[in-house]
Amino acid sequence: MFETVILMMDATVRVSTPLLLACLAGLFSERSGVVDIGLEGKMLGAAFGAGAVAYVTANAWLGLLAGISVSVALALIHGFASISNRGNQIVSGVAINFLAAGLTALLGQTWFRQGGRTPSLPEGGRFTDLTWPFAEQLREVPVVGPLYSELLSGHKILVYVAFLAVPLTWWILFRTRFGLRLRAVGENPAAVDTAGISVAWMRYRAVIACGILCGFAGSYLSIAVGSGFGVNMTAGQGFMALAALIFAKWKPLNAMFTCLLFGFLDAAGTRMQGVELPVIGEVPLQVFQALPYVLTVVLLAGFIGKAIPPKAAGVPYLKERS
Amino acid sequence: MSAGQLPRWVDLGLIPFLNLAAAFLVSGLVVILIGENPLDAVKVLLWGSLGYAEGFGFTLFYATNFIFTGLAVAVAFHAGLFNIGGEGQAYVGGLGVAFACLALDRFVPWYVTLPFAILGSAAMGAAWAFIPAWLQAKRGSHVVITTIMFNYISFSFMVYLLGNVLKKPGSMQNETRTFEDGGRLPFLNDIFPSFGFGYAPVNLSLFVAFAACVFVWFLIWRTKLGYEIRSFGANATAAVYAGISPVRIIVVTMLISGGLAGMMAINEIMGSQHRLLIDFVTGYGFVGIAVALMGRAHPVGIILAAILFGMLYQGGAELSFEMPNITRDMIIVIQGLVILFAGALEHMFRPAIVRFFTPSRALAAKEA
Repeated sequence: MFETVILMMDATVRVSTPLLLACLAGLFSERSGVVDIGLEGKMLGAAFGAGAVAYVTANAWLGLLAGISVSVALALIHGFASISNRGNQIVSGVAINFLAAGLTALLGQTWFRQGGRTPSLPEGGRFTDLTWPFAEQLREVPVVGPLYSELLSGHKILVYVAFLAVPLTWWILFRTRFGLRLRAVGENPAAVDTAGISVAWMRYRAVIACGILCGFAGSYLSIAVGSGFGVNMTAGQGFMALAALIFAKWKPLNAMFTCLLFGFLDAAGTRMQGVELPVIGEVPLQVFQALPYVLTVVLLAGFIGKAIPPKAAGVPYLKERS
Repeated sequence: MSAGQLPRWVDLGLIPFLNLAAAFLVSGLVVILIGENPLDAVKVLLWGSLGYAEGFGFTLFYATNFIFTGLAVAVAFHAGLFNIGGEGQAYVGGLGVAFACLALDRFVPWYVTLPFAILGSAAMGAAWAFIPAWLQAKRGSHVVITTIMFNYISFSFMVYLLGNVLKKPGSMQNETRTFEDGGRLPFLNDIFPSFGFGYAPVNLSLFVAFAACVFVWFLIWRTKLGYEIRSFGANATAAVYAGISPVRIIVVTMLISGGLAGMMAINEIMGSQHRLLIDFVTGYGFVGIAVALMGRAHPVGIILAAILFGMLYQGGAELSFEMPNITRDMIIVIQGLVILFAGALEHMFRPAIVRFFTPSRALAAKEA
């Protein structure tokens, strides 16, 4: 029983990681007032960039760098459309998702001729599991052993990056001047402008931060858990991250718990297939798949607290009327 | 820099044209990037979509889908609402069509089934839009987010229903049984054999789509409700002062929008596939956003934009056949670029054009 719990938690951590990274990405963007439904596209683009470069160079770090670059480039397109051109942010996000879905498959086919996939990664092109010191020796110790060597040790480095990004994000947003200003442009850009701070530049920096984190999330999929890019490999995780962001009420620590919850539902769905529960019988896999979205809707309905988005989210800022 | 500074033909003609041109220019660059000649690609695309009757039939078939989803997004636009749940609403709308067809196809001819299918699809699509609408109206939860959530809920819901409840007994495929003749709309090729549409699945739902266009035009510009919808969209606060109930407008508009999206299923399910199956929507709902944007939320514009996207779909299929390097994913890229340039970046060329069309005297007077 205990072992099952540990295995479940281990799976939860693995599944939550890309969600968490993308969720924190969205947090930066939306806190600055730029709504981003293009998380999915940025993750997909990053997964492709990382997969392609890691294959060619056989170096996971270069792959990660490429993934981040692709994601930031897409983020800048979103920024250009929604900050500089004051376009509709939802429309821009939809466009990013289309572009990423099309370009990754098209270029993947052109470059690698494997139906849009990138070839399996060579040695060194993939992030390997980090084994913590003494993990093997401690394995046999009851309770502490499995906790330490299964749950804490033995993940990809990006998993630790994701969970360390939570306190870091909190610190940046709530304890630095940059963070204060970032939150301020998301609530009341005119006031920030009056203080002599460029709203556009603030928002661009937030969007770039969003791109970097999405780059981590996408790269994790293709060169850490996966071994290469597959067509549409994000499969809606960007939208799931968006749901998590709302569920977390745009707060970093909540984001972590929400992503763990959504990750747990995913892991549970896989595990519960074919298992008969008392009274209710077998729960279909689709229930677990839909549950995060249903929960988010229930939250949005105001039944679990109230989710109040940043006040200026989605509103382009016009400096002065001409 | 509001509308009205520019002549009407510039606003409705030149700017959309420039946006499209930019999108196609970048698409051309992508084609060059993958090592093909963009001019040849355009030739194949145009020939494949318009050059012969069967190809044109396919173009019209895809256009039918886009008209429905485009109208759905457009109606919501008029009320200032962004319905991005067309994907899910169309998917669930398929249930309405399937129920009507499965119940009636063995007993009555298609023209008796059709009204029930229309009602069923519209009702199911509207039902799927109802909760997001109600939450927006009553609780202020943003309709964009809730409709996205409902898209994903619909995917799980339909997979479950088709895999466990509606599945044809003894079949491995997650789909219903194939409808008999009473559940099939006639293909245009059978009605007008002289047009030579051949195997193109374009069917009578094209006319249902045209009827929906007339309905939307009449609703938005010729009825009291349409006036209220437009007032609410233009200025919600003023509309409330004018005695217009925001709850009623939001819910009713979203129901109409969802209903129109649901009706897309008539074309796919009753018109072409003749059975309800998984993933028959495949992006038509999302592309509806682009169609509505390009068509400026007007039925005539939507028909033109829908035909353009139909051409991309059909011509793109032909393209992937003629030039194997350019896979069907190219269509998605072009769609993305069109959405980007015609939608998100629609104001990019405007300042330059305003400068160009403002007489220099007026500009000098303004600056003085």
